Amino acid sequence: MAELAAELETRDLAEEAPHRIHAPKFRAWSGLWPKVVAVLIAVGVWQVAAWSGWRPANVLPAPLPVFQTLFGDLSHADFYAGLAMTLRRAVLAYGIAVVIGTLVGVLVARSTILRTAIGSAILGLQSMPSIAWFPLALLFFQRSEAAIFTVVLLGAAPSIASGLLSGVDHVEPLLIRVGRVMGARGLRLYRHVILPAALPSFVGGLKQGWAFAWRSLMAGELIVAVGSQPSLGQQLRAAQNLADTSQLVALMIVIFIIGIAVDALFGALDREIRRRWGLLGTEA
Amino acid sequence: MSKVLELSEKHSLSVEALTKAYPHGDRLLVALQGVSLEVKRGEFVCVVGASGSGKSTLLNLLAGLEEPTRGRAHAHGHVALIFQEAALLPWLTAAGNVELALELRGVRNPERSRIANELLRRVHLDGFERRRPHELSGGMKQRVALARALAQDADVLLMDEPFAALDAITRDRLHEELLKLWSQHGLTILFVTHNAREAVRLGDRVLVFTSRPGRVGHEVAIDLPRPRSLDSPDLAVIAGHITERLKLEMGIGG
Repeated sequence: MAELAAELETRDLAEEAPHRIHAPKFRAWSGLWPKVVAVLIAVGVWQVAAWSGWRPANVLPAPLPVFQTLFGDLSHADFYAGLAMTLRRAVLAYGIAVVIGTLVGVLVARSTILRTAIGSAILGLQSMPSIAWFPLALLFFQRSEAAIFTVVLLGAAPSIASGLLSGVDHVEPLLIRVGRVMGARGLRLYRHVILPAALPSFVGGLKQGWAFAWRSLMAGELIVAVGSQPSLGQQLRAAQNLADTSQLVALMIVIFIIGIAVDALFGALDREIRRRWGLLGTEA
Repeated sequence: MSKVLELSEKHSLSVEALTKAYPHGDRLLVALQGVSLEVKRGEFVCVVGASGSGKSTLLNLLAGLEEPTRGRAHAHGHVALIFQEAALLPWLTAAGNVELALELRGVRNPERSRIANELLRRVHLDGFERRRPHELSGGMKQRVALARALAQDADVLLMDEPFAALDAITRDRLHEELLKLWSQHGLTILFVTHNAREAVRLGDRVLVFTSRPGRVGHEVAIDLPRPRSLDSPDLAVIAGHITERLKLEMGIGG
């Protein structure tokens, strides 16, 4: 009887296995081709629009000259200097937002008073377009990086805090009971049970926070010029002033690619965590 | 893992005139009322009762997760709780779950992983150490939960319908393994179930709880020799008697 039961249990596992064996290679391709098709369609529509003569070529350039401009930019030191400046700001401001968002999230989660006082304010901040803070930030900090950072921070930190908060809120009560019975209280309960359980939701908040940070940064850079090097946003503004649409669109492509590349990184992180946490539901 | 028996402490669990009430709207919902019971060291006691008889509340109070409204509930020694859902941490492997219990007790590596593997072997999970909970069947998860309870160096297991969600074959096997661990480790077990036959198979005594408010309505000492089979006619007779009692209590309470 015992052997039979053991065999049954083992077989249950074996039956789940085939779903996983051929998955990685197939999934890589099945994930890629819709994106390739989407790019081809976008470039196709763009080309047709350029051919139609709806707008003159100096206003609506065709894909080819734009790509030529883009490759030209890629051999220019100024372009890289601007890119570096923008990325440095993005990493720095986002990093600060992660630290502040996480700290606020943990503090608010731990305290009932803070929760009622600040919890809804965080949600409110999240729905406020952060660029609306910009005029105020300019009055506070003049035309400085501090003004840009403020706006990026106000864009990203609330999402990060609320991702963590909702993760902590939705930890299964049973897991907390188990942790307490095992002798984990206070910070140890946080470290071993609550924070790991909240991680998937926290990563969701990090991802959304990045999206807001990147948007806010672009908006901020478009509005103010600070520093010795023209940032991506300022290069964009310069191209607009010169009516250099090829350059304009080339820069837009760069901004777009950076955005989706970071997004893809978060997506991969998110999937890996969900897989480990058993949240993908493939075993069903 | 073995514990030195402290002969001065005859009882592992003692509950005296225990009452627990929860505020419910503007009224009080009485989950337990005046419950008194004692479980001797090394005893296996089953509690049967309809839902709403406060059985789970009793276990929470004994584990120190809740405070009694009146009276007292006390457990001597280390207590581990086992639930119907195995309640494993999903981001840790089987071994990782057992190791966390050890880590929280202050056991250091490499000792930690050695003990964890040994405990998993004892519940017949060798070869599954690196699996995550979602890759294990229901019975296997409960075995990990048992190994984790042993890793907590528990003298007392409080079990809340632990096998209710399992199929009959797996349940039967886990009964055998639980009884083996019970006698090997000298555990004291308080086992909540709504299945009278399961209670009679496992327990030295069976307590029948009334519902709303929960009280010990009836007590049956099980004198059947071990090992007991679920299919034995003697067991079925006693279980039938308990089920009758249970229906009676439900009639009164509901």
